Amino acid sequence: MEGVLAQTLVSGLLIGFVYALVAVGLTMIYGVMDVVNFAHGDYLMLSMYFSYWLFILFGMDPLYSLPAIVLVMFGIGVITYYITIRPIINSPMLSQIFVTFGLLIFLRGLAQFLWKVDYRMIPDTLVSGSFNLGGIYIGRPQLVAAVGAVLCSGLILWFLKNTKAGMALEAVSEDKEAARLMGINSDRMFALSWGIGIASVGVAGVLLSNFFYVFPEVGGQFCLIAFVVVALGGFGSVVGAFLAGIIVGLVEVVSGYLIDPSFKFMFVLSLYLAVVFIRPQGLMGRK
Amino acid sequence: MNEILVIDTVTKRFGGLVANASISFTVGRGSIVGLIGPNGAGKTTLFNCISCYYNADSGRISYEGQEITGRSPDVICRMGIGRTFQVVRIFKEMTVLENIMIGSFLRNPGRKEAEENARDVGALFGFSGKFTLQAASLTISEQKRLEVARALATKPKVLLLDEMMAGLNIQEVKEASDFVLKLRDSGITLILVEHVMEGIMPIADKVVVLDNGEKIAEGTPNEIINDDRVIQAYFGEKYHAKRRKNPAQV
Amino acid sequence: MKKEYILLLIFFASLVIYPFIFENPFPRHLLIMIMLYGTMGIGWNIIGGYTGQVSFGNAAFFGVGAYTTAILLSKYGINPWFGMILGCVFSSMVAVIVGYPCFRLQGHYFAIATIAVGEIVQILFTNWEYAGAAVGIYIPILEESLWNFQFHTTKLPYYYIILVMFTCALLLCYAVDKSRFGYYFRAIKDDPDGARSLGINVRNYKLVAFILSAILTSICGTFYAMYVLYIHPANTIDLWLSIHLCILVLIGGLGKIFGPVLGAFIFIPLTEFTRVYLGSEGQGIDLIIYALIIILLATLRPQGLWGMLARSRT
Repeated sequence: MEGVLAQTLVSGLLIGFVYALVAVGLTMIYGVMDVVNFAHGDYLMLSMYFSYWLFILFGMDPLYSLPAIVLVMFGIGVITYYITIRPIINSPMLSQIFVTFGLLIFLRGLAQFLWKVDYRMIPDTLVSGSFNLGGIYIGRPQLVAAVGAVLCSGLILWFLKNTKAGMALEAVSEDKEAARLMGINSDRMFALSWGIGIASVGVAGVLLSNFFYVFPEVGGQFCLIAFVVVALGGFGSVVGAFLAGIIVGLVEVVSGYLIDPSFKFMFVLSLYLAVVFIRPQGLMGRK
Repeated sequence: MNEILVIDTVTKRFGGLVANASISFTVGRGSIVGLIGPNGAGKTTLFNCISCYYNADSGRISYEGQEITGRSPDVICRMGIGRTFQVVRIFKEMTVLENIMIGSFLRNPGRKEAEENARDVGALFGFSGKFTLQAASLTISEQKRLEVARALATKPKVLLLDEMMAGLNIQEVKEASDFVLKLRDSGITLILVEHVMEGIMPIADKVVVLDNGEKIAEGTPNEIINDDRVIQAYFGEKYHAKRRKNPAQV
Repeated sequence: MKKEYILLLIFFASLVIYPFIFENPFPRHLLIMIMLYGTMGIGWNIIGGYTGQVSFGNAAFFGVGAYTTAILLSKYGINPWFGMILGCVFSSMVAVIVGYPCFRLQGHYFAIATIAVGEIVQILFTNWEYAGAAVGIYIPILEESLWNFQFHTTKLPYYYIILVMFTCALLLCYAVDKSRFGYYFRAIKDDPDGARSLGINVRNYKLVAFILSAILTSICGTFYAMYVLYIHPANTIDLWLSIHLCILVLIGGLGKIFGPVLGAFIFIPLTEFTRVYLGSEGQGIDLIIYALIIILLATLRPQGLWGMLARSRT
């Protein structure tokens, strides 16, 4: 029994790191510009498809295509900002919700049209199989994904605290007006936050494509989990998102283990409702 | 009871900044009270505490003998305290008439009565003939008037007006002051945050002066304009010293 | 004004007379779907269009209405009309549970919560043996009658039932629009803090709007269960159903009584058209078109087509 629990916890931890990475981009965009990107999960889906097709068409393993995809996703994020988000930056929240919601529909429709609804999986990746560590089976792709997620999240956090651009992002996140008075160009900062946010979810997508099915709706599941993570961590807090990601990963597997695997997502989602009921600002949010 | 509103050692902090530091004063029923002070003194913060948009960190606010600290803004309005905002807020997507009707609905739940009441109130403010205009298309001073009309439609006993006269010319200021007097005569107690001295000083029964979060003076307009601390707050040390040397020169 | 009443009369008269002139069952089914989605769209419009609270989870109410009716009938033999009422009760309860904590927070908290609730309800019904799990529930075939809410020889009675429901929904929306509630909803959407300063308890009014939305959607779920006589999680609580409701109201016009009607008359035929004529090749094209329309409308002109039509007339 103990072995199964330990196994469960380890897998929960590993996927939790990936959840954290997906949430980090989402919470950063919100923190900097008060926009909730409802299409966030679908950018994940997009990067998963990129990884899949690069493998199928050119034989590139996801680990090798990762850098290129990250750059492309960064560009897509910036373009998304300039074309669709900037025009509605001062519109009421209703418009913001509908625009990112429109992006969600657009991306899913595009995926359905281009690549159909079939489930796909990259066969035979560089990292595959599993190994045994003290009685616990650890899947290699899952481990790589977790490590990659931690590295990427750490990189983003380092960037925010230690570079000029990163600190400028934090400044805009804290107080837009004050940042503007200090000469920080908020427009560029917004574009940067979208670039980094979408690039980071791109990393998560490529890492996931090693072991997860790719299909147009895959974004929905991860996006919803990302929302739970962001809410639990506190909207706008990158550190909070990281911690919350781990917690959510653990809650998911533990509830599946203790109660019923079919209901585990239900518990994760109920966690969101609990956060809203009890402590809307989450673990580390402001307000 | 003669004091309709009692503010008792109200303190409000934002992080390290003390916006209101232990402010106390009373407002007599049917009086006009001016709340003045340099920018950043904490006047609007105090308004927000009284109307419960902020929760005071300590102290009490009582209205008609009942404590109202910590209640919600809609309850405060239903109890009889109305307000306008420093940066004008109106319902941009609605017409002039509809804006006032939102206020009227509080005491007139039925649509016909609310509309009638709104037309009456609107007429007082000179909006007859403009009822079908989009509120967003009004000029700023018209929007400010609309905001007051809307608040008035809720039949308040106390009305908090935040910088109602900002940006008005001399004629408009006079009209606004006269209007405030008319409101007082109809039985409403008024508290005005103002920077336009020509507007508030002639009509106020009492003036409370804030500076840097503290109350530095309270009294009749005459007492206030001669108060050393007030002059110092507005005009600074140098002028204050100069004036002490040459009291004849103003 | 007179001209509008005449147009309205012609519209309803056409709907009433239509089945007597055209007997082809497929367009009849299409009209039933249009009115079904139109009714649900009117429900969504009350919370989303008027009050400005975007819900991505109204399908949950549809599912609750459908399942409540199906379970009560198939397991306890309870009449589906009572099932409809009970479905409304349960849906209202869900609305309050979701709305109560979320309505004092910013809009996106609510939007996310509605997605979460939709998923929770779907997972619940997919895995709950009592509710038929993934297989779903077959509605027991009963003798054809209005009381039994079942008709087997023709779709005609269903057509008129949904027409009545659709008309009632429109009348309800009209009544709300002209009442204090409608005004308050719009004020809340426009400036909630300003609304509070005028004595409006914003949270309670949002709850009322959400409950109305839940009820209108729930009765459609009951209708659908008795119309197709077989329900399962995929045809009742799909996220796409929620999304479709948003799309059709957005296109037709937020906060306008007839917005959802126009939206339904555009959306249902268009979706059918792309499905039938473009087949699997064209899957997703309709979504791309809707997405572009939504993004454009949200950016430029949130009144939808109905608002633009109204503007061009004045």
